Amino acid sequence: MTRVPAHGRRSFLMAGGAVAAGVVLAGCTSNTEPEADNDAVAAGQGDNAEPGKEVTVGFSAPAADHGWMAAMTKNAQAQAEQFSDVTFEATEGSNDVNQQIAQVETLINQKVDVLVILPFDGKALTQVGRRAMDAGIPVVNVDRVFDTPLAYRTWIGGDNYRMGVNAGDYIAAELQRRNVGNPVIGEVAGIDSLPLTRERSNGFRDALQRHGLEVRHRVAAQFTPETGEQQTANLLQAASKLDALWNHDDDQGIGVVSAIENANRDEFFMVGGAGSRDMMDRIKAGNSVVEATVLYSPSMCSSAIALARLLGQAKGLGDLAEHEIPANVTTYSAVVTADNVDEYLDIAFDS
Amino acid sequence: MSEVAREVSGGAPGSDTGREPEPPTGGGGWSFRPDLRLIILLGVLVGLCLVGHFTRPDAFFTEGNLSTVLRLAAAIGVVSIGMTFVIITAGIDLSVGSIVALSSVWMTTVATQSYGPAVMVLCALLVGLGCGLVNGMLIAYGKVVPFIATLAMMASARGLAERISGRQTQVVRDTGFLDFFQATMFGIPVLVWMFAAVFAVGWVLLNRTTFGRRTFAVGGNAEAARLAGINVKRHIALVYGIAGLCCGIAAVMVVARASSGAASNGLLYELDAIAAVVIGGTLLSGGRGTLVGTLIGVLIFTVLGNVFTLNNLDTDIQNIAKGAIIVLAVLLQYRSSRGHQSQSSG
Repeated sequence: MTRVPAHGRRSFLMAGGAVAAGVVLAGCTSNTEPEADNDAVAAGQGDNAEPGKEVTVGFSAPAADHGWMAAMTKNAQAQAEQFSDVTFEATEGSNDVNQQIAQVETLINQKVDVLVILPFDGKALTQVGRRAMDAGIPVVNVDRVFDTPLAYRTWIGGDNYRMGVNAGDYIAAELQRRNVGNPVIGEVAGIDSLPLTRERSNGFRDALQRHGLEVRHRVAAQFTPETGEQQTANLLQAASKLDALWNHDDDQGIGVVSAIENANRDEFFMVGGAGSRDMMDRIKAGNSVVEATVLYSPSMCSSAIALARLLGQAKGLGDLAEHEIPANVTTYSAVVTADNVDEYLDIAFDS
Repeated sequence: MSEVAREVSGGAPGSDTGREPEPPTGGGGWSFRPDLRLIILLGVLVGLCLVGHFTRPDAFFTEGNLSTVLRLAAAIGVVSIGMTFVIITAGIDLSVGSIVALSSVWMTTVATQSYGPAVMVLCALLVGLGCGLVNGMLIAYGKVVPFIATLAMMASARGLAERISGRQTQVVRDTGFLDFFQATMFGIPVLVWMFAAVFAVGWVLLNRTTFGRRTFAVGGNAEAARLAGINVKRHIALVYGIAGLCCGIAAVMVVARASSGAASNGLLYELDAIAAVVIGGTLLSGGRGTLVGTLIGVLIFTVLGNVFTLNNLDTDIQNIAKGAIIVLAVLLQYRSSRGHQSQSSG
């Protein structure tokens, strides 16, 4: 605070210090980690595996702002590279609906053979999907569904309701196996205002109801580790004893597990959701409360690219009697446990 | 104005600790006449605790639950302490949540983690301080209004956090870091000790030092403060630096709690912090504010979330209650402070 005559020297020292700190800090942004090379790609079978007609696939998706979405984009890229006959035209991911519309229009103008669109908002991108279809470009709509089937040739996506059902059924079966009477079941949901969260919760509730069970404690986090930790810390205080816990989303699951470990609680078992590598590693290791996770796998985006290629080559799915690619493909929310985790590690994603 | 007068007569810095208690306008703390606004606020907090106790007598007043509440209050509390300084200078900092995110990401990169826990913490503090000083420089020397300067920082710090992390969650592998920050000392979580320490330092800085009096003076009337010989620009830059540093500390807490750093951390912290500061009785127009009020404001929101979860109530009801409490607290204080002020001025 005092006025020192040696003002210049002090500023010089401070500036020097700032630059040095900056250099040290800049060195700390490196994030290269030996990554497990197991992209979720489909191999293609029979005649379909043979290189066919050259197909240009246009791809548009939202910004990869969380692990699951990043995996969707990465999987699409990896799957396209798998095929020698596919040219992949991807646009920069954007959460701005107008920008995504413009990107799809650009792809239409480039006259790509097939479009794969994972819309930020299904309703908002319906019109541009129709425009592509009207221009004769088949659209593969991924996960977030358009308002009308006229806007897509094929839809492929996950099943939020069944995710809840499978989580509920698994928990009910486990509780019965362990002979737990009058069990206390907790639920850590995702963002409560989203329809997908409601579907998951409805499925979970309905499944438990069929077994005469109910959710006693429910909180809603925001799909981030921090909010997962916060909500779970409170939930664990609300329930002095738990028997089972379902967490909707493995991205926030890192925080959920952290809260459980912080509170030194291990009297219950936990089921995750989506299928991240972190959770599958925990299931495999078997040394935490995490015993299972219900898939909502970004491998669906690999499948979307595979379907787009087949559409471009006018091929069907080998094992079906149909000559055409089906108009709807709903992926199955399998339950990954210690027994089958090895089969599913290839589609685990980095949250 | 009384602040400025004292500043001028105060003479050499540091010589004036342990002076007579502040007048009610001079900020929080140990005024002999208890501040009616703070008492009302405390009443709201106690009321919430009683609701918690009577609805869940088995769960609310337990050691585990109270330490959970305080642990969850720590990060947003530290951010709110920095925010109080900023708002007293009649500024605003919209970038706190993004700075928490950036610090949490920067301290958990593979490279930073390879240097161990001390460097991780240092990294978070430096990143926070750096961002805060950039805010301060832009506002003080670049003459950008605080709303815009920190709005810009809010966007770019979050963007940089996403860039560095590749939008993925960076799990902390260093068990030393987690063991230390997730531990308890004398039965109280380390995070709560940190929160208490930051609060104590902040309180002394604001209420017992020249720096604190200058902060009030700058917020009350910047021109008068300048004429009284305060280097207003440098002071404002430093205050934003403090707010940034607080974000760095909060980032360490968030990473310790969630065992991970992510660009999605600290979402909407700016709004939670501003709400806590404002219901704590700090004027958005600057010149007046108390850290004790901010502390109670933070605790009110944390206890609210806890009580609602204990009773298994939905988040939508919780948000309605949160809004109602903000309005209620501000209205009550406004009414009481009007009576209070006309008394003291009359």
